[in-house]
Amino acid sequence: MIPASFDYVRPASLEEAVAALDGAGEEAKVLSGGQSLLPLLRMRLSYPSVLVDVGRLEELRGIRDEGGHLAIGAAATHDEVVRSPLVNAECPLVALATATVADPAVRHRGTFGGSLAHADPAGDLPAVAVALDMEFVIRSSSGERIVAARDFFVDYLETALAPGEIITEIRVPKLGDGWGFHYEKFHRTAQAWATVGVAAAVRVSTQGGRHIEEARVGLTNMGSTPVRATEVEAAVRGAELNGQAGTNGSGGGGSVNGHPRSQEGAAPGNGNGAGSAPHGGPGPRGALRQASELAAEGTSPPTDLHGGPGYRRHLARVLTYRALGTAARSALGG
Amino acid sequence: MTRINVTVDGVTYEEDVEPRLLLVHLLRDRLGRTGTPIGCDTSNCGACTVMLEGRSVKSCSVLAVQVDGQDIVTVEGLASGGTDWHPMQRAFHEEHALQCGYCTPGMIMAAIDLLKDDPDPSDEAIRKGLEGNLCRCTGYTNIVRAVRRGAHSMSQDPEAAAAGARSAEEL
Repeated sequence: MIPASFDYVRPASLEEAVAALDGAGEEAKVLSGGQSLLPLLRMRLSYPSVLVDVGRLEELRGIRDEGGHLAIGAAATHDEVVRSPLVNAECPLVALATATVADPAVRHRGTFGGSLAHADPAGDLPAVAVALDMEFVIRSSSGERIVAARDFFVDYLETALAPGEIITEIRVPKLGDGWGFHYEKFHRTAQAWATVGVAAAVRVSTQGGRHIEEARVGLTNMGSTPVRATEVEAAVRGAELNGQAGTNGSGGGGSVNGHPRSQEGAAPGNGNGAGSAPHGGPGPRGALRQASELAAEGTSPPTDLHGGPGYRRHLARVLTYRALGTAARSALGG
Repeated sequence: MTRINVTVDGVTYEEDVEPRLLLVHLLRDRLGRTGTPIGCDTSNCGACTVMLEGRSVKSCSVLAVQVDGQDIVTVEGLASGGTDWHPMQRAFHEEHALQCGYCTPGMIMAAIDLLKDDPDPSDEAIRKGLEGNLCRCTGYTNIVRAVRRGAHSMSQDPEAAAAGARSAEEL
């Protein structure tokens, strides 16, 4: 379909962009790569009066190492993020999740800041933003402010951004050594939105037996905003990974007891018990499994063609188990 | 109306466009490049894929005003001298990598794009690289075969392979 009419400006600087937004009122929209916005316009779900195109502003591009965090320019494309040696070295979870966004052609155009500003809870990046405690640097004519990810996502497609405001960069804290990461996404077809996704970061200690010291878990599409699975994070702390006392017959070796996916063989609907009673005994597999059982606590997952809340809660538990296991293995160098 | 300059398949055009005009409509309706079809119109199917500044994009999800001053190559700009098929076009022909042919222009553009990063891709890498392009005739097996053959030909004949990236000056 053809979008409704709008005006278009392409400012030459961030300052001009902020001024343009300021003068344009509430119906103005920031256009960057357009990969979320243009489909909305074409389907006539949005009627902006003017698009302020910031897609070419060098000030909003680039990825910088700021010591304690990486500063990702809001208009850096997904493709640039995925290829960035800095992101891969310092914040691998961001690269892992971004590589699953849509498809290559969309990643060439779509931008990191644009995807986050769109705030679709089914998008892959919001869950990573809350899991890693990213911060949003936001500019307007009245100055600059910084908003934490947990305060940024307000509701379905709604953020803390006020009219006239624009994200300039996103700060991603570096987590340091000993962490492993994984983004586990369940979707119906290759480039479809996540039915449910789980972003996991796990810090493993090898002092006194391998165990999880700290975990961050973010959930995609389990509510109107991205969700931080704090109950899982608390429950998984201290979980042993290769204790000799594994009572559930899982082989040990240097890995986290093999691959969770193959152990569990649990595609949804195989009658394996939709996350009813906690699986496994007190062994390591049981510890991750039991923590993962809490993944859907306090969530309000949506209903759509691909599943209802019960199915999504089941997915959250299964995918959290997979994500934690894979992240822990990667922390151990596996 | 906004005035834009755009280079398409080596020819530079100056056009006055409404801001809401999609790139694919500029290409088809204004510049006659009907080799680029509109499939789903929702950025799912990839039929309208073209190269923008050398990388694949879905032209139904780009505004014409956004490409002001930039370089576009459509499937019609791949043949060198306008006559000799690009090795990837030849490979699609030789491997019978199409049935109805509707997805083919987008498939070829996406395939050429994926070879820029991975000149000798595995079958899995090809399938992953083409994940944004749908073939509703379900002809994927021959498409993967064609991309493999195209990759091989392009490694043998880098000059022909570069044809799609030629700028206006060279043509």
